[in-house]
Amino acid sequence: MDASVQHEQATIPDGDKLSSVMQTIAEHKGCGTSGGSGKASCGSGAGENDLPPEIWEKVKNHPCYSEEAHHHYARMHVAVAPACNIQCNYCNRKYDCANESRPGVVSEKLSPEQAAKKVLAVASTIPQMTVLGIAGPGDPLANPEKTFKTFELIARTAPDIKLCLSTNGLALPDHVDTIAGFNVDHVTITINMVDPEIGAKIYPWVFWKHKRYTGVEAAKLLTDRQLQGLEMLTERGILCKVNSVMIPGVNDKHLVEVNKAVKSRGAFLHNIMPLISSPEHGTVFGLTGQRGPTAQELKALQDECEGEMNMMRHCRQCRADAVGLLGEDRSAEFTTDKIMAMEVNYDIDSRKAYQEAVESERVAKVVARQEELASLAGQSSDIKLLVAVATKGSGLINEHFGHAKEFQVYELSTAGAKFVGHRRVDLYCQGGYGDEDSLETVIRAINDCHAVFVAKIGGCPKSDLQAAGIEPVDQFAHEFIEKSAIAWFKSYLDKVNSGEIQHVVRGDAEIRQGALTSAA
Amino acid sequence: MTLKIIASQCTSCSACEPECPNVAISEKNGTFVIDPKKCTECIGHFDEPQCAAVCPVDNTCVIDNSFPRYQPPA
Ligand code: SF4
Ligand code: SF4
Ligand code: SF4
Repeated sequence: MDASVQHEQATIPDGDKLSSVMQTIAEHKGCGTSGGSGKASCGSGAGENDLPPEIWEKVKNHPCYSEEAHHHYARMHVAVAPACNIQCNYCNRKYDCANESRPGVVSEKLSPEQAAKKVLAVASTIPQMTVLGIAGPGDPLANPEKTFKTFELIARTAPDIKLCLSTNGLALPDHVDTIAGFNVDHVTITINMVDPEIGAKIYPWVFWKHKRYTGVEAAKLLTDRQLQGLEMLTERGILCKVNSVMIPGVNDKHLVEVNKAVKSRGAFLHNIMPLISSPEHGTVFGLTGQRGPTAQELKALQDECEGEMNMMRHCRQCRADAVGLLGEDRSAEFTTDKIMAMEVNYDIDSRKAYQEAVESERVAKVVARQEELASLAGQSSDIKLLVAVATKGSGLINEHFGHAKEFQVYELSTAGAKFVGHRRVDLYCQGGYGDEDSLETVIRAINDCHAVFVAKIGGCPKSDLQAAGIEPVDQFAHEFIEKSAIAWFKSYLDKVNSGEIQHVVRGDAEIRQGALTSAA
Repeated sequence: MTLKIIASQCTSCSACEPECPNVAISEKNGTFVIDPKKCTECIGHFDEPQCAAVCPVDNTCVIDNSFPRYQPPA
């Protein structure tokens, strides 16, 4: 990557920014990588040439595609479409659609008019809000009138907001032209299998053309419609992301095949999410005791697919109606009562000005990382390790250990810092005092990390972390994440080389079950 | 007969409402209800009652035995 690439205008993508997005999106062509180090050998600006400019335009500020962008921009979902036309074994429809959000949480159901007002109210208050998605509970395309009415209302007042939707795909082929007509930015299809025999273990039934189909027949119908819909969208130039839920023992090995099938049909990003399953969700899988994958199992599968295609690692299966950046949730400010009473004045110009300021901040961050990375040059070592970071966004280490609801995980090597995922821990510190049990939860969630970077940390958790073999690092408070992580890694390597410490490989970590429900 | 919706099990997902060929289903106090005067058990329209086929909660759209069997017009 070339640090000398400068930019007059924030709107012109450069190799550096692009490369960081490349981790999660776009092309592997010319990168010559396999396995987990996609970024390592990507040459400068490789992606810019590979990626058609119109696709780059669509994704560069997209919090759903770029972890880096997620630090600066926010998306919101509205639930206007509660009806669904299929049944998934990981879903309990008293709650949200597990496709795009965590099971076990309820989103407020809104009419299209209420939803549009909410979106405008949020966008006026939070200028970072740039993407609106319609997702579960339910399938947006099983409720086409409500979904498209919502799009129509928003597009009229706020043409700068990107629209997207996620669907199980059953009804997709019927609506592709309407989706194209609304200039929908991207569509997410949840595809858990391309083999109906496996599908029958995930989907008990589908409802299609006035009839309920079950078993292999149902799964065959679903996979045919999903792949057809995917092809139709990519033919029309609409970006398609594929979500897959990793269900150990059911479709975990098969997802490599799914990955190939969707890649060959033009999906530009594949997001493998862990099954979140526990009996109290009341889902079929929850009740049968079907477990979700561990962090290591998930990462191994994502790595295996990454050689084939770009994997997305930052999906946090957020609450569908959460509002805000990263782990933040400001939805309590935007309840239906409050928004209906609000005077909303949608000011496109001040939003634009704000976003321009954000762009220059992003440029500064990239430059800082490049400088630090340059100082790593010449070091050679096979050591690869994970570190966790507490952040509230903007690419900074700016969250107190006890306040973090999630940690971002970076893989460090002499190639630099690569974002590989995040770990939810919800609130460990409730109102200022530490709670021992939850500290254990945090440790389990980041147990595979060598260090945790925080803005601040109390004495007790500090010594407990050290006892668990995780080094708490607070000396980089409020500095850029990647720059700091690389600097720390450099001194780690020095210590290993001088024999001061010994590098040990860490164990696996647990994926937190249950819903992200804590309101900010 | 007609079908009825067991209110305590209904998730109010609204999936049944647009599927009914007789517009017999509507929302009432947060859950969905079937108007027994309009429901024909889907006879003459479809092979199976649509509300029951689309409902995500098993045994929620069920036959209501307190009504006489629906007689299709001759
Ligand atoms: S598509 Fe979504 S709402 Fe429908 S059953 Fe599956 S998880 Fe539930
Ligand atoms: S059985 Fe058919 S006619 Fe009766 S309520 Fe259900 S969908 Fe309507
Ligand atoms: S489909 Fe079932 S759960 Fe949904 S509204 Fe109708 S009766 Fe209620």
